[in-house]
Amino acid sequence: MFHKILVPVDLAHLDLIEPSLQAVADLARHYDAEVCYVGVTANTPGTVARTPQEFTQKLEAFAKERAEVHGQPVSTHTIVSPDPIADLDDDLIKAIDELSADLVVMPTHPPKNVDAIIPSHGGKVATHTKASVFLVRPTGN
Amino acid sequence: MANDPHDEKPKESSSGSEGIPAPQGAVNLIDTDYVIGQDNITASPLGIDVDLHGKVFIFSSIVILLFVILTLALQDQMEPIFNSMFSFLTTNLGWFFLLGANVFALLALVLIFTPLGKVRIGGADAKPDFGYLGWFSMLFAAGMGIGLMFYGVSEPLGHFGTAMGGISMGEDGIRTDWAPLGAAAGDQAGAIELGMAATIFHWGFHPWGAYAIVGLSLAIFAFNKGLPLTMRSIFYPILGERIWGWPGHVIDILAVFATLFGLTTSLGIGATQAAGGLNYLFGIPAGETTLVLLILGITLVALGSIMLGVDKGVQRLSQLNMVLAALLLLFVIIVGPTLMIATGIFENLVGYVTHLPALSMPFGREDANFSQGWTAFYWAWWIAWSPFVGMFIARVSRGRTVREFLISVLLVPTLASVVWMTAFGTTAIEQVVNQGITEVQDAALELQLFTMLEYLPLTAITSFIGIVLVIVFFITSSDSGSLVIDSITAGGKVDAPKPQRIFWALIEGALAIALLLGGGLAALQTAALTTGLPFTLVLLVGCYAIVKGLMSEPRAV
Repeated sequence: MFHKILVPVDLAHLDLIEPSLQAVADLARHYDAEVCYVGVTANTPGTVARTPQEFTQKLEAFAKERAEVHGQPVSTHTIVSPDPIADLDDDLIKAIDELSADLVVMPTHPPKNVDAIIPSHGGKVATHTKASVFLVRPTGN
Repeated sequence: MANDPHDEKPKESSSGSEGIPAPQGAVNLIDTDYVIGQDNITASPLGIDVDLHGKVFIFSSIVILLFVILTLALQDQMEPIFNSMFSFLTTNLGWFFLLGANVFALLALVLIFTPLGKVRIGGADAKPDFGYLGWFSMLFAAGMGIGLMFYGVSEPLGHFGTAMGGISMGEDGIRTDWAPLGAAAGDQAGAIELGMAATIFHWGFHPWGAYAIVGLSLAIFAFNKGLPLTMRSIFYPILGERIWGWPGHVIDILAVFATLFGLTTSLGIGATQAAGGLNYLFGIPAGETTLVLLILGITLVALGSIMLGVDKGVQRLSQLNMVLAALLLLFVIIVGPTLMIATGIFENLVGYVTHLPALSMPFGREDANFSQGWTAFYWAWWIAWSPFVGMFIARVSRGRTVREFLISVLLVPTLASVVWMTAFGTTAIEQVVNQGITEVQDAALELQLFTMLEYLPLTAITSFIGIVLVIVFFITSSDSGSLVIDSITAGGKVDAPKPQRIFWALIEGALAIALLLGGGLAALQTAALTTGLPFTLVLLVGCYAIVKGLMSEPRAV
């Protein structure tokens, strides 16, 4: 049913995305799908990496690690943005299209009041893409 | 591998130019164990995520909140304090600002012609994030948008008037006139030349030199050296690992203050002019209520813009502004004294270059009022503003070579200022000289632009465009300013949660309101001047760091 699963990952907060990574592994095996891990980085030095090249290397290393966990083929895609916080949603929507992914699995936070002013990324992506979107809430909520 | 970021040791090459070994790596990262954001506090109070540099954020926000409260609570007491501080700083330390600005302008100019100009920001293979037009619009809108609107008519006219008036001496033998240099009493052509030269001097190489130095150092140390995008990173060649401790905190806190006060000075000027214009055009009372409402409204729009981000918010607004400004400029050139403006551009450039050495001389000045009240104030204002403009310019300049960067930041805006000042100044002066119109000269500073436009056709439309321009420049300054301060107070992270940007945009609005109510423009100007002072020192040190940083970078062939 699904051939390519796109998984946006935040390498700075791996603990937060752990539940969704498990879901990805299960889904990928179930549908025998390729998993594409997508990372968005600022062009300025950040917590994860000091250059976009270093970021890509870390993302690739991360994908390889995940491939050993779930055994499905993996790929990566690095998005470099001058303003990642503001451009995240649009960048992801574009990447889903370009990489022709048919399922997106991404972590999201529980609904909260400030969503009215600052909508959640997952919610925004889901309303703007043709691909199926699976939003994974953090465990324990 | 050329792009290997782990390859941090500069490689020696025998083919280095001028004895400087040319490393082959695409970038030459500084070797440090510091992880960006390691001193940050992350939390989610009330469901709002924050990611802040604890010490820098808390210290600077507390001091600023205190300042706002004190200024508002003690309005009458604060005003004389601001006024006396202003005159103390300009009188006694004017030379320091003038000297510093000369160093920045010269260094920026010299770097264009050295082999260091070949270094590419972000590494040899970096590609620019923005097209030329969007990039240039943002440089200009961030750099001096509001000021051009405010002073475009009033400054050439003012200097022309004082130069015509000649020198007048007080009883103590100190000059009481405000004319630049030796004035040009009764000599109309000489007064025009001197007035225009003095104006262009204030809007030309010197301000953009300071911006260029800050912008370039930040860009090199962030994109090529891998240090966080905050002011402290520039000091790595001097302080080493100590920049992660208190010396670094102090530099960043100073940068926050300088940015905030420099920004609010512009915002205050912008609000005064927009309110004046609205009053002039629509009869809306230009009282304190209008000012406050205007700042509130503009802050709200700026909030929307920062939510949209650099690309979709700031860039688009800046481009809109460029188009509007170009239209207004073209209009003034066409319906104004076209021939005088066209020849004036070259005459003024020549005049500027001729008078430049005398105007930029820090010592032994006889025109104390001019060199201290105008030049020193401007320099302090530009320098206070340089972390903001510099950081913003740095952030949008990845992928440009140093030479490209310096030419775009130094020469192009200077030429644009020359054209702008010549068009608006010549038109206003021509109205006085040839048409005998004195109303423009007599109008309040913030109204001179609108009064001048009144004597040109289509007044209603052009004045309206003028007000819109002031307001949109205001918005682009406020939103890019919030981005910059947010990044400094988040330890150099540009991907900190959005609520922090909102916080700083609101603080800027509050500060502008507090200072306008608390002491008017004098308060704003003093605040800018006071923070400009330590920052001049910071920048002088930065000059050394930038050269050192550039020397260890690979150069494009």
